[in-house]
Amino acid sequence: MIPLSHYLLVSAVLFGLGTVGVLISRNLITILMSVELMLNAANLALISFARWHADPGAHVFVFIIFVVAAAEAAVGLSLVIAIFRRKNTVDVDELNILKG
Amino acid sequence: MLNTIWLIPVFPLIGFMINGLFGRRLTRYGSGVLGCLTVFASFILSLLAMLFLGEGPHRFTLAEWIVAGRFTVSFGFLLDHLSAVMAVTVSGVAFLIHVYSTGYMAQDERFSRYFAYLNLFVFFMLVLVLADNFLLLYMGWEGVGLCSYLLIGFWFQKDSAANAGKKAFIVNRIGDFGFALGIMLIFWKFGSVYFPEVFAAAPEMFVPGDTLVTAICLLLFLGATGKSAQIPLYVWLPDAMEGPTPVSALIHAATMVTAGVYMVARCSVLFALSPTALLVVAIIGAATALFAATMATVQNDIKRVLAYSTISQLGYMFLACGVAAFSAAIFHLMTHAFFKALLFLGAGSVIHALHHEQDLRHMGGLRKYLPATFLTFGVATLAISGFPGLAGFVSKDEILWSSFASPLGGVAFWVVGVLTAGLTAFYMFRLFFLAFYGKSRFSEETATKVHESPMSMTGPLVILGILSFVGGWIGWPKVLGGGNSFEHYLAPVFAAAEELLPHGVNHAHSTEFLLMGLSVGIALLGFIWAYRWYLRGSTAPENLKNKFPAVYRLVQNKYYIDEFYHLVIVRPIVGGSRWLWKYFDELVIDGSVNGLAAFVRQLGQAGAQPQNGYFRGYAATFALGSVAVLAWLIYVLS
Amino acid sequence: MDSTILTFLIFWPLITAGVLTLVRSDRHDAIRIYALVATLLEFVASLYLLFAFETGAGYQFVARWVWSDALGVSYQVGIDGISLFLVLLTTFLTVISVWASFAGIKERVKGYFIAFLVLEAGMVGTFCATDLFLFYVFWELMLLPMYFLIGIWGGVNRIYATIKFVLYTITGSLFMLVAIIYTANVVHQHTGVWTFDLMVWSQFDIPAAQQLWLFLAFALAFAIKVPLFPFHTWLPDAHVQAPTAGSIILAGVLLKMGTYGFLRFAIPLFPAAFLDALPYLVVLSVIGIIYGALVAMVQKDIKSLVAYSSVSHLGFVMLGMCALNTIGFTGSLLQQLNHGLSTGALFLLVGIIYERRHTRLIADYGGLFKVVPVYGVFFMITMLSSVGLPGTNGFVGEFLILLGAFRSQTIAAVFGTAGIVLAAGYMLWMFQRVFFGKVTNPENDRVTDMTLRERAVMVPLIVMIFVIGLYPKPFLERMEPALQRVLSRVEQVRIVREQALTPTLFVGPAAVPVTNEPEEDIRP
Repeated sequence: MIPLSHYLLVSAVLFGLGTVGVLISRNLITILMSVELMLNAANLALISFARWHADPGAHVFVFIIFVVAAAEAAVGLSLVIAIFRRKNTVDVDELNILKG
Repeated sequence: MLNTIWLIPVFPLIGFMINGLFGRRLTRYGSGVLGCLTVFASFILSLLAMLFLGEGPHRFTLAEWIVAGRFTVSFGFLLDHLSAVMAVTVSGVAFLIHVYSTGYMAQDERFSRYFAYLNLFVFFMLVLVLADNFLLLYMGWEGVGLCSYLLIGFWFQKDSAANAGKKAFIVNRIGDFGFALGIMLIFWKFGSVYFPEVFAAAPEMFVPGDTLVTAICLLLFLGATGKSAQIPLYVWLPDAMEGPTPVSALIHAATMVTAGVYMVARCSVLFALSPTALLVVAIIGAATALFAATMATVQNDIKRVLAYSTISQLGYMFLACGVAAFSAAIFHLMTHAFFKALLFLGAGSVIHALHHEQDLRHMGGLRKYLPATFLTFGVATLAISGFPGLAGFVSKDEILWSSFASPLGGVAFWVVGVLTAGLTAFYMFRLFFLAFYGKSRFSEETATKVHESPMSMTGPLVILGILSFVGGWIGWPKVLGGGNSFEHYLAPVFAAAEELLPHGVNHAHSTEFLLMGLSVGIALLGFIWAYRWYLRGSTAPENLKNKFPAVYRLVQNKYYIDEFYHLVIVRPIVGGSRWLWKYFDELVIDGSVNGLAAFVRQLGQAGAQPQNGYFRGYAATFALGSVAVLAWLIYVLS
Repeated sequence: MDSTILTFLIFWPLITAGVLTLVRSDRHDAIRIYALVATLLEFVASLYLLFAFETGAGYQFVARWVWSDALGVSYQVGIDGISLFLVLLTTFLTVISVWASFAGIKERVKGYFIAFLVLEAGMVGTFCATDLFLFYVFWELMLLPMYFLIGIWGGVNRIYATIKFVLYTITGSLFMLVAIIYTANVVHQHTGVWTFDLMVWSQFDIPAAQQLWLFLAFALAFAIKVPLFPFHTWLPDAHVQAPTAGSIILAGVLLKMGTYGFLRFAIPLFPAAFLDALPYLVVLSVIGIIYGALVAMVQKDIKSLVAYSSVSHLGFVMLGMCALNTIGFTGSLLQQLNHGLSTGALFLLVGIIYERRHTRLIADYGGLFKVVPVYGVFFMITMLSSVGLPGTNGFVGEFLILLGAFRSQTIAAVFGTAGIVLAAGYMLWMFQRVFFGKVTNPENDRVTDMTLRERAVMVPLIVMIFVIGLYPKPFLERMEPALQRVLSRVEQVRIVREQALTPTLFVGPAAVPVTNEPEEDIRP
């Protein structure tokens, strides 16, 4: 049996990759994919704990996260498309009209 | 019958409304006739009212005006002997001047507007004299001021006329400031602003010499100095000559400017309670009389000479009031209305004939061109100079005698009065000689066009000429074998005041004769002086001018009083206001408000610095923040 | 009928505004006529108040519905002699303003009239509300449409002006909101119920220690609105930038909210604090009278001249209140009406000439009396009413105020009377420069005289100027009993205080009565 720590390590690595992706990528789509990666890293951690504790309750969270992630991807991608249509770019550094 | 007295002012009001609203649809003829007829109706009604009045005063309340708390005031009218005399004089002279105006203003394009204003003036003036309370009097008082403003500035396209109108209104308002405060003081002291109530209560409420009653009187008198052009508020009247000449005759000579005298006479009871106030009135009156007379001697504008003469004569009336000779003041008010209106109308006839030439230096020899004007003007000149037998003589002599004989008077007042009388004769004959005698000093071309005025103008001149002659006879003094019936007629009005005043010693008839002779003699001296200087073509005036150039310039420039007021009052106020606006309002108040706004904005900008708009920056901050929170949680939990 | 009329008056403009949103926005003429008819109906309905009003009967046409039981908030409206004429003034001036905007407003017509109708609802509501929560709601409701009226349809510098206006007002009203909640809390502590009902509050004596701060918070909100010196600088900016009708309503009604607030809330709720603050209020009002007049004298823009003259006139209104006697109080309330009519008319007239010449600078005019005589006459009558010539409404109000003040605040009254002299100065000087002299600018020669519509708008105002000037009795007698109630409440406190000789909260120059007359100015 693979110990829990391995799962968690994979989850942490995935989360770290996602975070780094969000932080260094300038492409909105890559950022969205990185966010998906982070969400799934969280899912992996949840599922591992559920198995370890033998408590299926965590599965509920995972399913909810799936749904949210799907919604997020849908809304996020349509926003990206809308932004692209308007600004003709998906480079976040150029989308800085919120600058104070 | 007497309950119709409220109609006396209402007729001219109707004339004003019709002329004001539909004037342009009426013909000139229609406007003129309407204007004259409504005033004539008032005159007839006033005469009837006077006849039916009999002994006692009559009060009639038309409607309530203001009711608030304990304060009530109504449109109430009071007809007693004083207001009857005033109403008849005002409406009578006004009627003659209306008739005259139909000729004088015949060419003016705003003919109906002119008559509307003139009618409105008569309305307010009659309200003023017939009011039975201070507030209604005040309404008439301010109303005539408004009409004066409108009529002085009638030819508003001339800047000087517009300025003069404004000046008159504002200077009058300064006087009204005192008047209004006086009314307030009266109300809080007496609980009423009705004449009969106030005057009945006054003797019981105050001992003579009470400070409060002095304050009331002086405040009221401040109003009178404004309206009646006395020191220190006389400056508006000479400028007011910018208006059409009939207006000068009606408003600035015969009626409106005498309102102050009427008001002081009306409040005789109050003034009688305050010897201090009476003394002030007498001093101001005497000083103004002399001061204005000196300025009249060097003016070259025919109307300005008459304006200063008016100020001087009003000074006489106040002198009379000040020595408690109220009926003498009213008597002089009436005769002055006749001869001064005549003088102005005569001057108007001259100006009309010479096509708006007002400078005496460009007149001369008009005797043969304008015979009717010359004759009537002569009568008026004689009357104002105090030629024995004429109206001015009778009334002026009564004032001079009172100023000497009254226990409140004194030799000093008499001397000032007589000096003024001499100066009056001098400047009037100067004017008369310069205008009507000697060689014509206008161009040949003008000479061919000079013509006597139409009947509508000479008619009133003749009637006023007759009045200036015989008008004084109703007050013929006892010492000359008369009955002084005018004084008797007014006696009931001033009886209450008389009771409060000390009674003088009886002077011998011989003294009265002597003084009368002296004053006539000095007037004669003035006449001779004018005769030698201006008729005989003496170079003396020129020499004198050259010898004392500073004095001449001082008098010629009216003692620089206007300039003084401008420098000391007008400029500091305007300059100070500009300072208040630019520095206080915009810099201090707005500056601090805008400064606060600017501060908040900068604070916000400083706070907005990290919001650089780079999404990844926010994300990094977020990530680091999360790590920090996690680290802290782990640290705390472990 | 009696209990629904006020609710109708408040909500009728809102309903009509709602309907107006459905109209196509390019049908300008239809929108204009619709708005005019709506406001006219409102005015006619409000006339019912005048006929059904019972003099001296306290609050009338009262309606009450509980809004939130837990908070003690209810919808409660009613009017008495104080608010009666202010409601009528509002509905009257709204008709005038709407009609006056027919030619001037050419863009976003629909939005403009919707804003106006909402504004009317807010104003009527403010005057009718007898629940402080409701009052606050309406008070803020007025702000919004006015913000848009200045900000959208205003002049060049409108954004600055409208933000200044809103910030000033909001600053004051937030203090008032805190004070309202605090007072409710005080009432709750002592009575155990949550209520914002003015009747309950005004029967409850708030402890003197708390009155002062509460009064100051209320007074700040109202003083900004009046505006009392030195809170007045938003006014010239707002007036100069506002469209004509906005200025009419701003001067005619909105400024009255401040003085009304004093009479209705600040004075009766906190009489002890009012007495303490009295000397300071007197000084500020007198400064306002003189200062407003002086600064008006040197203005270059006619509208800002009129705006500063408002500061001066409202100083009179405040002085009348500080007189603390029937005469001063009635004068003060009457002068509120007078100012609404005269200054409203002046702004209307300035707007008329602005539409023709597109300038408000005095220096650009001159000699107009010859070119546009009818306009000149209208202007002159209005000006004379503004300077308080006897026979016009301004005189009655000013004289009563000064007469009342003369007794209790003699020195202030003397200065106030001097303000009347200055009023003649600035008005006549402006009039001379605009109307007299020769026409120097050929542009002015082409100015056309007033149209039939403009005359029809002006005539009711002129008529009212003379009606109040010559027969103010029907107005005064309806106002007096209500004012008497406010007065007697202050008087009670004063008598108690004089007997107990309790030290005042802060010491100011004492008001010295002028005469030693024993009788008090309260009618049996």
